[in-house]
This record gives sequence, C-alpha cells and structure tokens, in this order.
Amino acid sequence: MAGLWPYVILVLVGFLPNEIWRALGLVLARGLDEDSELVVWSRAVATAILAGVIAKLILHPPGALAGIPAGVRIGAAACGFIGYLLVKRSLFAGVAVAEAVLLLGGYVYLR
Amino acid sequence: MGQVVAMAAARTFDSTGEAYVGGITAALTSVFHLVIGGTYIGIGALAHDFGFASWWLALSTVLVWAGPAQVILISAVGGGAALPEAAVAVSLSGIRLFPMVVALLPLLRRESTRLRDLLLPTHFTSVSMWVESLRLLPGMVRQHRVAFCNGLSTGLMGVAVVYGFVGFYLAAGLPPLFGSALLFLTPVSFLISTARNARELLDKLALLFGLALAPLLAALHVQLDLMWSGLIGGTLAYVVHRLRRAAA
Repeated sequence: MAGLWPYVILVLVGFLPNEIWRALGLVLARGLDEDSELVVWSRAVATAILAGVIAKLILHPPGALAGIPAGVRIGAAACGFIGYLLVKRSLFAGVAVAEAVLLLGGYVYLR
Repeated sequence: MGQVVAMAAARTFDSTGEAYVGGITAALTSVFHLVIGGTYIGIGALAHDFGFASWWLALSTVLVWAGPAQVILISAVGGGAALPEAAVAVSLSGIRLFPMVVALLPLLRRESTRLRDLLLPTHFTSVSMWVESLRLLPGMVRQHRVAFCNGLSTGLMGVAVVYGFVGFYLAAGLPPLFGSALLFLTPVSFLISTARNARELLDKLALLFGLALAPLLAALHVQLDLMWSGLIGGTLAYVVHRLRRAAA
C-alpha cells in the first residue's frame, strides 16, 4: 500500500467508527447508567467480537507466526491460560508461559 | 491490576501544569505501563507483518487509541477484508467506550467546566486510562482532575507510540521464531486480560462464544464473520444472563 490511501482508510475505517462511541458518550452522558440493559448487551457483543479477533489471530495468523504449526499456537495459548489460572491469576505469568511454550514448540518444529 | 488504594486524601496541586505532570508520572509508574508496552510491541509487529508503515501505526495509536480496534483495523484491512466490514467490526469493538465515557465525565465535570474542556478526556478514554482515572481521580481536588487526566492519558499514549515503534522494528529485524513470538503477544495478552476482566458469567460466556463462533463462521465462509460472531455470541451470552437472572 502506498500514498495517502492507507491514511484515508485509517480515518474512515479506524478513527471515525471508533470515535463515534466516545462522542455519543459525551453528548448522552446524562441519563444512561452502567447497568442499563442496552449497556450490558453491548458489553457482551463487544467482548464476543474481541474474542473472535483473538481466535482468528491464533488460527489464521499473519506473517512469521503462520510458520509455527497451528497445534503449537493453540497449545501455547492453552498453556498460557492454565499458567494464568495457576499463578495467582497473573497476566504476566500467563503471557510468559504461552510465549515459552510457543518458542519451545517453534524451535523443535523449525529445527 | 492496580488494586493499590490512592494514599493521600484529596490530593492537590499548585497549578494546572503541575497536575498535568503529575498525571504523566502516574502513567509511567502505573502497571499499565507494562501492559501497554507488551500490547503495543505486539501491535507494532502485527502492523509490520501486515505491510503498514511505522508512522501509520503511530498515527493510528493517536487517533484510534484503542488496542482492540487497532488490532481489528490492522488485521482486517491488512488481511484483505471488505472495508465496510472492517469499519463495522472496529465500530462494534468501540461500543464499550460509550459506557466508559458516560461513567468518567461526572468525575471530571465542575460547574464551570465547558464542553470543550471535556473533548480531550473524551478522546483519551480507553480501558487503561479509564481504570486508572476511576482509581485516582476520586482522591483528588476537582479543579485539577481534567489536567491530571490529560497528563495520565498523554503518558499512556506516549508509552504506546514508543513501544509500537519498538515492536515494528523488532519484527523487521528478528529471526522468524522470535518474530512469531512478538506477534503471539497480541492474541495471548488480549485473551488473558479479557478473561481476567470477565468477572460475571455474561462476560465469560461472551468470551467463550466469540472464541468458538468466529473460526466456525470463517470456516463456513460466512460474509462479515466477525460482526456475526460478535452479535450472535454476545446476544446468546446476554440471553443466558437474562434467563439465569429471571430464574434466580
């Protein structure tokens, strides 16, 4: 991709669709509370979308990560999650375990 | 996460400028410094491998300022998805910003606050800034809260921009095995931090359904698979949540 086009995409596809919710929050800040049904439902949809992105990045990854077998990627993510649960629900521990398993599996496979 | 209780009662500053600097300091000493660092190293590597420029990434951090939205933008557009679909997916991921702004602004507002004073804090609203603001602002005199909040946000955003460059150039120079480890940071840190934030059954189910549905719909070649997995998975989780509450 070259020229101005990526920046046009950034504004139209990235900035505006995201910013509209902040602007709406500013305009409508009065009258809606965090427990309203609309807010609860939208939180669930937002979480499911993010989960979908995570799954697709693990199963159909870009670039160098695609060179690691799918089994190693899924196994590493699962081990990371177990590590997170075992070590005081620590984000750092989970990520460290997942990365260690990925590096080890990738090393064995690429060797 | 930041469970430390703000120590000083009704913290105050000598000037607006000092409140701003205090916010930057709070950002650099926050646990989110590490979380944002790891996330944006991953996003930087992602942007590199999907063929975006490093300055494009920096600008996207300043303009979009939401990790999930940036990951969706980069992977959807870079992966060749239709632009309207990418825009819808980005927008759906941004919905959570709406209740955050609604909850944050009452903490910042004073009698004399003008709408334009709230424009920057509104744009700066993101998960990390929101969590830290709700933790720190209540223990602070009201007249300095906007400046402090802007300082906090600039600090966090600055950290994100710098680590984005770091991830971008590391991905460019590292051997494939280490490059893949960088790229793996994004899905793994998002997976675990989303699971950690999921306190209620509703959030856990939404996470689970989204993880299962998105690859399924993609394998079935459903158009707009991300949007549908979000709408279907999220609504299913919401229905279960309602049924359980009705039964209780």
